[in-house]
Amino acid sequence: MSVALQEPGLIVDEEPIRSRRGIVWETVRRRPSAAGGAAVLLLLALAAVLAPVLAPYDLHEQVGPVFGHPSWSHPLGLDDGGIDMVTLLMWGVRISLVVGFAATFVSMVIGGTIGVAAGYFGGKVDTILMRITDYFLVIPDVPLMIIVAAIWGPSLFHIVIVIGILLWTSTARVIRAQVKSVRERVYVKRARSLGASHTRVVFRHVLPQVAPLLIANTVLTIAVAIFDETALSFLGLGDPSRISLGKVIENAFQRAAISTGAWWAIVPPGALVAVIILACSLLGGALEDALNPRLRVSHLAARTFRLRPLVGRGSEVV
Amino acid sequence: MRGADYVVKRVVFALLTVFVAITINFALFRLAPGSAVTNLARVPHATPETRLAIKRQFGLDKSKFAQYWIYLGQLVRGNLGVSFANSQPVSKNLRTALINTIPMVLLGTVFAIVLGTLTGVIAAWRRGTKVEGASVTTALAFYSMPTHWLGLMLVILFAGTLPTGGMSDEFLLNPSFFTHLKDLAEHVALPSLTLGLVLYGEYTLIVRSAMLETLGEDYILTARAKGLRPRAILRRHALRNAMLPIATLVALSLGYIVAGAILVETVFSWPGVGRAVYDAVLQRDYPMLQGGFLLLTISVVFFNLVADLLYFKLDPRITA
Repeated sequence: MSVALQEPGLIVDEEPIRSRRGIVWETVRRRPSAAGGAAVLLLLALAAVLAPVLAPYDLHEQVGPVFGHPSWSHPLGLDDGGIDMVTLLMWGVRISLVVGFAATFVSMVIGGTIGVAAGYFGGKVDTILMRITDYFLVIPDVPLMIIVAAIWGPSLFHIVIVIGILLWTSTARVIRAQVKSVRERVYVKRARSLGASHTRVVFRHVLPQVAPLLIANTVLTIAVAIFDETALSFLGLGDPSRISLGKVIENAFQRAAISTGAWWAIVPPGALVAVIILACSLLGGALEDALNPRLRVSHLAARTFRLRPLVGRGSEVV
Repeated sequence: MRGADYVVKRVVFALLTVFVAITINFALFRLAPGSAVTNLARVPHATPETRLAIKRQFGLDKSKFAQYWIYLGQLVRGNLGVSFANSQPVSKNLRTALINTIPMVLLGTVFAIVLGTLTGVIAAWRRGTKVEGASVTTALAFYSMPTHWLGLMLVILFAGTLPTGGMSDEFLLNPSFFTHLKDLAEHVALPSLTLGLVLYGEYTLIVRSAMLETLGEDYILTARAKGLRPRAILRRHALRNAMLPIATLVALSLGYIVAGAILVETVFSWPGVGRAVYDAVLQRDYPMLQGGFLLLTISVVFFNLVADLLYFKLDPRITA
């Protein structure tokens, strides 16, 4: 890199990453926010998977008084049924993550298929699919989710499907744009002219290129899915037999945890949801950032101007 | 005239979207299993005459296809059926609720737009400094909180200082105008603040990335090369151009405002549209639910249209 040709005010955060394939791993390694988000998610996922082993008490066992205060044996106190909050939260994270991942999987399959089809085939297919996407983008999803969940009746499966079939719009749009640009590349055209079928081209050449973006989008969608599950549970549309974090908040709210002063029954579950969403946003945002190099250049920033003398500047600014 | 086409196109799209929403609405309720859902005339405690009237109005003894046409016809006349819960016309219930919702949501949104734009611009301008880190982290934290949970946290914090439920104090008998106004302002404070804080987080992030994108453009470099003062560049060259994506994204966030309103109104017992939807869910009041969904969808579509037209006005490059 020749320093002489570098524009003085230009701020470049990092070297461009060469391989798009390794970009997910690279980003997680280089950015502290992405690494932090990934670590938190892994930790929570681990706690969720191991909940049956790690949880200190039984999920359905009353181990003390209703809304018992935090103590050494129950660091986060007890809930409205005298159940240990730590145990409740571990199982809650489990259900919330399951809903988040499952609903995101549904939406990825729908959004990915529509995005790839629209971007790859173009023309009429593209117009029709994108028009449908436009409609779904405008119709507010939470009210629609509420209605569908209310009519179908509360169950975990219904919630997953309801959230999944309403979250795919942003995925479809992002993937379509990316596929459109990949499709025009020489090697894709070459593969086609060598007689490769559409299926082969899509799976062999297009999808691997789109994959990093799909992963970034997946992580962001998980956050939305978990938020939506929490909201639906709060409105009494959650599965009554499965305790998710949203359900824990709803229970505490309905049983007047606030007026009893039992903050420990209501602060931690919401804070956990916030932490999960934050972790997903940090990781997904960092990945998207890394895939969108435009954001890395800035011609005007406060610190460009604070350093008055343009000569003899340290290399760390450039 | 420039872009009359564009305006027509957007209006037609908005109308079509409303039409799609109406169709979804019809299909979801009438084709669902269970007669409690599909039969609008099952109003509990209603006189046989009322039931007969609803049955005739909506042609419930005819085929589904005929019912669809009749439903459209009744909609045009503003007839949304009768609420199962209080036997009042749904449209009347919704009108009262809407009048209560608008000021609360408006206050929260304005708060969020002002604060969000401010912190977003500062974050982009102070790129790579602690100021950016702090403002982005704060925004992300608020953005990540479940709306209803944030509301409950504010209840815990402000219980005792501010009222935490309802819209006015029912024990104030014949208050003077100013006492009444003060009472209303106190009641609206927490719900609006909750909605405002969640949206503020989102807007800060949107404004920041829009500004960063603009600051990378060549015309900013040109402006600097001309020797303009940084503040002038920021205001006249960067912010004005960044307003375009910001306007669109704010419009797209309207769906979240609606969702937020449902959660916030439930927490604070605010008697608005969101609360009406929540009550309808609890009481399985299907006509209300159907009407509420329609109202929320139409308002989101409407504001999207407004944003589109605003975008058109702001950006002279758009012609079709």
